This record gives sequence, structure tokens and C-alpha cells, in this order.
Amino acid sequence: MLNIVVCVKQVPDTEQAIRAKSDGSGIEESGLNWILNYYDEHAVEEALRLKEKHGGTVTVVAVGPQRATEAVRTALAMGADEGVLVTDPAIDGADGIGVARVLAKVIADLPFEVILAGRLATDDNAAVVGAALAELLDLPQATAISKLALDGRVATVDRELEGGSETLEVDLPAVFTVERVINEPRYPTLPGIMKAKRKEIKTHTLESLALDGAVGAAAARSRAVRFEAPPKRQAGQIMTPPTPEEAASAIVAFLQNDAKVI
Amino acid sequence: MGKDVWVLVDHEAGAVRRITLELLGKAREIATALGGRAGAVLIGPSRDDTNTKLAAHGADVVLRAEGDGLGAYTTEAWTAVVSDAFRAHAPAALLVPSTAWGRDCAPRIAARLGAGIVTDVEDLAWETDHLVARRPMYTRKILATVALSGDGPQIAVVLPKVFPLPDAASDRVAEQVALPGRTSDREPRVRVLGRHEIKRERASLSEADIVISGGRGLRAPENFALLDGLAATLNGAVGSSRPPVDSGWVPHEYEIGQTGKTVSPTVYVAVGISGAPQHLAGMSGSKFIIAINKDQNAPIFQVASLGVVGDLFAIVPKLTDEIGKAKAAT
Repeated sequence: MLNIVVCVKQVPDTEQAIRAKSDGSGIEESGLNWILNYYDEHAVEEALRLKEKHGGTVTVVAVGPQRATEAVRTALAMGADEGVLVTDPAIDGADGIGVARVLAKVIADLPFEVILAGRLATDDNAAVVGAALAELLDLPQATAISKLALDGRVATVDRELEGGSETLEVDLPAVFTVERVINEPRYPTLPGIMKAKRKEIKTHTLESLALDGAVGAAAARSRAVRFEAPPKRQAGQIMTPPTPEEAASAIVAFLQNDAKVI
Repeated sequence: MGKDVWVLVDHEAGAVRRITLELLGKAREIATALGGRAGAVLIGPSRDDTNTKLAAHGADVVLRAEGDGLGAYTTEAWTAVVSDAFRAHAPAALLVPSTAWGRDCAPRIAARLGAGIVTDVEDLAWETDHLVARRPMYTRKILATVALSGDGPQIAVVLPKVFPLPDAASDRVAEQVALPGRTSDREPRVRVLGRHEIKRERASLSEADIVISGGRGLRAPENFALLDGLAATLNGAVGSSRPPVDSGWVPHEYEIGQTGKTVSPTVYVAVGISGAPQHLAGMSGSKFIIAINKDQNAPIFQVASLGVVGDLFAIVPKLTDEIGKAKAAT
């Protein structure tokens, strides 16, 4: 029987327009559609596959505002067994290390052999929390893995490198963050969604976790101080050459005269 | 607080990755302003020319750890070496290449040291007593300014090709400092079973000056051979947008975009790529973008320096020939 914990985050769907507030203090949140982080869907899927193969339970843990319960429910609807949300205004402004401290505190009280998370969250793209969590729990880690297999107390994983990949053997318990190619996440089924709606999501505050001031804005050593739209690229020349020969000549001229690479 | 700025050396058996040298240039710039030195942290086996290369590109000091347990990269061994060195020497900042290994160990080092960390860095400056970085967020729909703080160490994980390769001065010599090797007597909990190379004839995707990238418009995996031919004449690397990866035409290692790599080459040639935001997130930092697409309304044309509307199957082979001729003529 495996105890699997999956760390998830709720993020705005970046398929929609994302705008900075006019004072640059953050992003305009009104009207945004919030979803379960794309890579975390893959982490939940991997957890469910492990459970189906080896038996066990899947517990989903999120840190965020009250609305993040919806991301936890999405994971429950996919088939996770338990949901936990840590929500507290005092967590606002926490950096990745601060969030990892909260997760470490929650997870330390849970039974686990495998901890999974997405390789990054598509809002800040930071890819900090997974490895920081492994450090704070004093566990081995493998990040951005594309394959995971368990045999007793040992996992074998593949991860991409620059121009290649490596295969690692990892002693459990351990933290794994997953790349998108590891699996194809299932869609929640209607019965799954109905069941998830009835499930109680356990809620913690910093007080109920007995966490001191080591999280939140005051403890953060990394802070996004300004948000703005990226500079727009100037669209250049668009042409419709009548023949492939003319198209090729135009590109060669550009490579020679503008880019100066030949 | 210290005045030195360190770079974690990403290397394969002593062969230093280009991004390490790019970061040395930046480290030296910041260290000089602080009145400190640029340090290169070199872990594991090296080659005869490793030291000279690091020194030539800006390292004033090479801090070196080798020996048992440091033969191949593992998270825990590198984390221990860097964290212990940080505590012993207290540099102001550590710049880490955004490579598989750098991204893997940097957050763990930050957690161990209680350090501020910023990743995906595209610009970096030292202001008064802290690093200030610029980085994309939200699929590059936002550009964020991130400030690190605290009196502890500061760590920036920097993307490839955002800083220029510094000029090499082959007469420069770096001071050598030996760092303690593996000090833990705990058995390693992660063991490297093997490393597998994806053969590339030329530069790697994140280091190449020219990237030729293919999308759904290529229609079939065998048509990537067209891009290989073009890349060969330009000494470039071949990448892809997401659909060819999802269709199994090329491995995920090729993918550029939100769910793949971020590249910033001098020239990015998008062939049969429509230009979805998720793809633009990974290549908008390119200096010049050339797009070839038969759909004149494709969003890629809105970011292209040169957009060519036409049939890629007719244009690309012609282009490969023409470049070959142009090169032969010069």
C-alpha cells in the first residue's frame, strides 16, 4: 500500500488574456478563469496510476486562497482520495521557499512514500517549490521526470538533460516533479465530479499548523515588485513572393543584410 | 555581506557549457562594481583546459571540489558542496545556469541556506545591496521585476543566451581554491544508472545561434529532414513547436514554448508554425524571427522580422540551396 501526496496549485488559465494592474503591483484578477496547474494534472495522473498499480491512497495538498479548493476538487474528481487546503491571509506574499515551508509542515504529519508535483506552475514558472520541499523534509528528489516506475522501496526515473536524458534510481520516500510527457491526464468523469463535490476538504491555517512567522511577505527573500506587459515585438516585413525562388532570395538577403549571419 | 559573485559551472566531464561562460561575464561585471571577485564553482572531474577556459572568460578564482561521490551530478552532493562553500566564503550572490542540473539543485541550495532565489532570469542587475531580475511570467504575457532581499545569499537561475559570451583573454590566470569534497557519510539516496545522448550533429538547441523550428505545417515526421538540411547549411539546431511533439514526430527535447524550452538565438526560423501564445512564450526573445507559413493570417507573422507567405515544401529546399551558394560565394 502506497501513500502518495500530490502538491497542487491553482493558477489563472494562461490561454486567456493576462493583464498587469495599472500600478504594476500584480495582475488584474477580476474575470480570470482559475484552473488546476497544467503540470499538476500530470502529477495527479501519475499518482492515480501508481495507486492503480500498487494500491494505496492519493492525498492532494494545496496552498492558496479559498478559491483554490476548486483546484483540489478537480484533482478529487480525477480520482484522488483526500484533499487538504492551507489558506491564510498571512501566507500572501510568500516566496517559493515560504510555500515549501507550509507544505513541508502539512506533509510531515501525513503518511507518505511518494510526493509528486508538477515541474513548475504556469503562473510564475518558478520551479522552486518541489526541490525546496525535498530539502525541508530531508528527502531525495528527482525533478522534471519523464518516466517513473516503482519496485518496493526504490523508484527508477528518467529525466531530460541538455541533449539527452539520465536514468536515476531513487530511494523512497522521495519527492518527484513531473514533465508533461510522463503521461496523458484523464478527464474527470461525471460520477467522479459528483463524488468530489461531496468530499470534505480539510482546511488548515498557519495557526492550526503551529507555523511561526517563517512564511508570508515578511519572510520572503524573493518578491515580484513590478508586473508589466512585455514590450511588443515590431512586426517586420510580410511578403508573398510569387515563386519559391524569390522567397528564398528574400530570406537569403535578410540573413546577409539584416541578421548578418551569412 | 560578501562582495564576490559566483557562477555554478555546468559542465560534462570538464567540458564547460557555453551558458557558464555567459554568466561569468555577468558575474565579473557585478563583482567588479562591488569591489569583489568573480568565482567559478567547479564540481567533479575536469579536463586540462577547464580551468584556463573559466579564467579566460572572467573567473578570478576557481573553487573546485572533486573526489568520491562527485563523479556524476547528483542533487544532494552538489547541494552540499555549494551550500558549505557559501557558508565558508559568504559571496554576495550565486548565478546558476538554467539547465537541467542547475534548475534541479538551485532551489534546494536556496532552501538549505534560507536564500532568496529567482529563476528564468532574462536580465539582472545589482542595486544597492540586492539582485534585481527581470523574468517572464504567465506564458510571457507578463514581464515581472523580481527583487531579492535579506542579508543572506542571493541566487539567480539565468536562461541561456541572454548575456553575451565575454571576450576570452587567454593570459588570465585564476586563483585555485580547493573546496572540501563529499563530507556526508550517508549512503547516496539517488544513484545515476545511466546517461543517454540524443545525437545532434551541431550546437544544442539552447546554445545555437540559429534555430530552425518546425510545426504542424510539416505534416509528417519525415519532413523534418527538410529542416535538418537547412540547419546544416546554417550550422543551426532543429527545434519544434508543440504539435509535432504531441504527434510523436520528434522527441520532447525538441520542443520550444511554455511546455518546452526557452531559446533566444540570433535567428529563429519558424517553418509551418502558426504561432500560438504557448509557442511564442519560448522564442519571443530571439533577435530576428523569420516565419514561413502558407496562412497569411497566422499569428506568427505578428512577431516576425521577416514573414514569407508561401509553401514551405517549395521554399525550404530552394532556401537551403541558395544559402549554400551564398556561402560558397563569400
